[in-house]
Amino acid sequence: MQKHEELSPIETPEGLQKPGRIQKAPENFLTPTDIESVTKGRRNFLRGSFVAAVAAMTGRAAFAQNSGALVDAGTGDPYILQPQTWATTLGKGVATAPYGLPSKYESDVIRRPSPGLTQTTQSSVSFSPLQSMFGTITASGLHFERHHQGWYDIDPSQHRLMVNGSSPEFVKKPKVYTMDDIMRMPFVSRIHFIECGANTGMEWGNVAVPTVQYTHGMLSCSEFTGVPLRLLLEDCGADMSKKYVLAEGADGSAMTRTIPMEMVLNDEVLVAYGMNGEMMRPENGYPLRLIVPGVQGVSWVKWLRRIEVGDQAYATKDEAVHYIDLMPDGQHRQYTSIQECKSVICTPSGGQKLLETGYYTISGLAWSGRGKVKSVSVSTDGGINWKQAKLETPIQSKALTRFSLPWNWDGKPVILQSRAVDETGYVQPSYGQLRAVRGTRSIYHNNAIQSWGVAENGDVSNVQVL
Amino acid sequence: MFKFSKAMKPAIAIALVQLFVSAPSIGADKYQGVGRAATPAEIQAWDIDVRPDFKGLPKGSGSVEKGQEIWENKCASCHGTFGENNTVFTPLIGGTTKDDVKSGNVANLKRTDYPGRTTIMKVSSLSTLWDYIHRAMPWNAPKSLSNDDVYAVLAYMLNLAEIVPDDFTLSDQNIKDVQKLMPNRNGMSRKHAMWPGKAGLVTATSPDTKNSACMTNCKPAAKVSSTLPDYAQTSHGELATQTRPFGQVRGQGAAAGASAKPAKNPDYVLAEKSGCLTCHSIDQKIVGPSFKEVAEKYKGQDVTTKLVTKVKNGGTGVWGTIPMPPQADLKDPDAEALVKWILSGAPTH
Repeated sequence: MQKHEELSPIETPEGLQKPGRIQKAPENFLTPTDIESVTKGRRNFLRGSFVAAVAAMTGRAAFAQNSGALVDAGTGDPYILQPQTWATTLGKGVATAPYGLPSKYESDVIRRPSPGLTQTTQSSVSFSPLQSMFGTITASGLHFERHHQGWYDIDPSQHRLMVNGSSPEFVKKPKVYTMDDIMRMPFVSRIHFIECGANTGMEWGNVAVPTVQYTHGMLSCSEFTGVPLRLLLEDCGADMSKKYVLAEGADGSAMTRTIPMEMVLNDEVLVAYGMNGEMMRPENGYPLRLIVPGVQGVSWVKWLRRIEVGDQAYATKDEAVHYIDLMPDGQHRQYTSIQECKSVICTPSGGQKLLETGYYTISGLAWSGRGKVKSVSVSTDGGINWKQAKLETPIQSKALTRFSLPWNWDGKPVILQSRAVDETGYVQPSYGQLRAVRGTRSIYHNNAIQSWGVAENGDVSNVQVL
Repeated sequence: MFKFSKAMKPAIAIALVQLFVSAPSIGADKYQGVGRAATPAEIQAWDIDVRPDFKGLPKGSGSVEKGQEIWENKCASCHGTFGENNTVFTPLIGGTTKDDVKSGNVANLKRTDYPGRTTIMKVSSLSTLWDYIHRAMPWNAPKSLSNDDVYAVLAYMLNLAEIVPDDFTLSDQNIKDVQKLMPNRNGMSRKHAMWPGKAGLVTATSPDTKNSACMTNCKPAAKVSSTLPDYAQTSHGELATQTRPFGQVRGQGAAAGASAKPAKNPDYVLAEKSGCLTCHSIDQKIVGPSFKEVAEKYKGQDVTTKLVTKVKNGGTGVWGTIPMPPQADLKDPDAEALVKWILSGAPTH
């Protein structure tokens, strides 16, 4: 580990600077413009730029400007020595924002579509910014989106859920429920991840996208509140020995997916209206969506309007045209639904930069559609040697698990990887192992070990190691 | 006692009838007063799914010829006249052969050099196409096709794929025979362990990859097999602004004086807000013409008032047969601003 003297200059690649650091001499942290300014005789520029920065403390530009304001070793940090506006004036009142919003300094933490991935915004995807998130719960406004035919904000007073059978005898009393009805029923609240089956799909053959937002961002995790579907089926006198239910959405695509009755009988499948303490967001299916833990997102039918009990799988569009995995022999695997054990390092990750050598906390996410994450290992040498990462508790079944590992970067190039093991003993595969079985044209269910290369200048980039 | 209004009486009568009908089970009802019986008409309205064995398929028929007519009016704008278009969605038709129709396996799926996969190359069950067209097409007016229309559109697609002849009429009577001609009908595999039920739907019982949790000296070297291609370096926007500007790390390119993002043109924002970009894009035809095409067409002409009227009232014919829906909710000054912005070349920033 490289140790820093309290007042020694910080090694920063390419002149990137961090705020609040003590520098011995101004020359060490001046930009070319600043140096020019000093040579022209404006020696009081430091104080001047600080005052200007505080005065203009609004949004990202000001922040960026500020990060150049380093500390004069002779006096100290102006943000300590000088009174601050927020410490010396009256702040805003309660309910200034009746529905609270993130700080204005967080404007870069947003979902983003992948340019060129789709030609329309209604049949498209926006990815969660995994590189900027903490813990395991996805802020509802950052939950990834996948719509097939656009989204609607459906009036809950006009929304209905129907339960019927593919044959009349499968459901003795077909029923219609309003939101009033459903919210009277017994409920459970559970934390689960949801991952699109096509997450990491652009990376099957080679590296294609720069950041973890685009490689892994069709992934979110929330606390969902709803009624176990079993209770509704029993309320309708359904024949629970039938092997399947069909879930159908109320949107234009009227999305349909086959769900196994076993998961309904286990009380895993929920008809949910709550997400992270409030109602489901419209983009996520307001007012009602199906929760199918461990199964790819397409089965979590949004704007859920109908459940049908049946005795055959349905080969719906998203079970027979899409969400089928092409194998090297030209056959498509059908009804692949489980999201197998997977993990990814979010910090540091592709498109980011380490500003200096020294201590970092590697941080990432692990999950398994087959249950709990048992352990996560992290490698800094591209998978030759591994260290056990620390897992945040409680570790929950079919939910995201946050892992971390202390790390000292010595400034040499490294390759960072994480590898998760779930409670069934399944170990997340390498790209070499996954491709040996499934080739590179599968699109869906890529759960290979992700690698991030760190260059000497601190740049982190997406790389693949077999 | 309170009085029921006249209008309420029929509703109460129905409620009483339902109470009697379901009375025997009400005593056993755990959730009294929760939900109500679905009427046969309601079930008929929503229970539209069609299974691979064609259970749920309504009676009807449609010819290739009729299908072509519907196709050209309602489908071709996105999918191309021959289902080959890839500018909006992945192509529907192409890549299958007469031999595939015989074998039930699409040979091109084995080729790693074959560019792309069309719907007809992938789909094994004809029911899937009928069901999907019926429930979700046309894309911008789902569920607007009659049952016979769906048969006709599907007949036309099957004809494009050279599965049925030009004079064919698809119906509920012959659809099972056509299923036997689907080029990829034998192309689905259930040999995997990724189905979360035990229903016998899939045949494998354990996952297909086996890594070990080796901790030291697991391999002799770590070789990088792929890095981000040059074209992708900048394809996802400024990386500098995609990571929070404080914390452990920065976005690449973020420097002390990181340049601010160029501001969006306010009229572009208005177009976004007003939903114009649903059917139009700046420089590419989607459902309607691109704004650049529109600007080009009316270059040098004073058409602002005319186009404002067209935007407000809707229109058809100038750019093809798909009508532009009326935008009655759009305020006059906004419509005028949008038209002027479009005619000026629709700058985004």
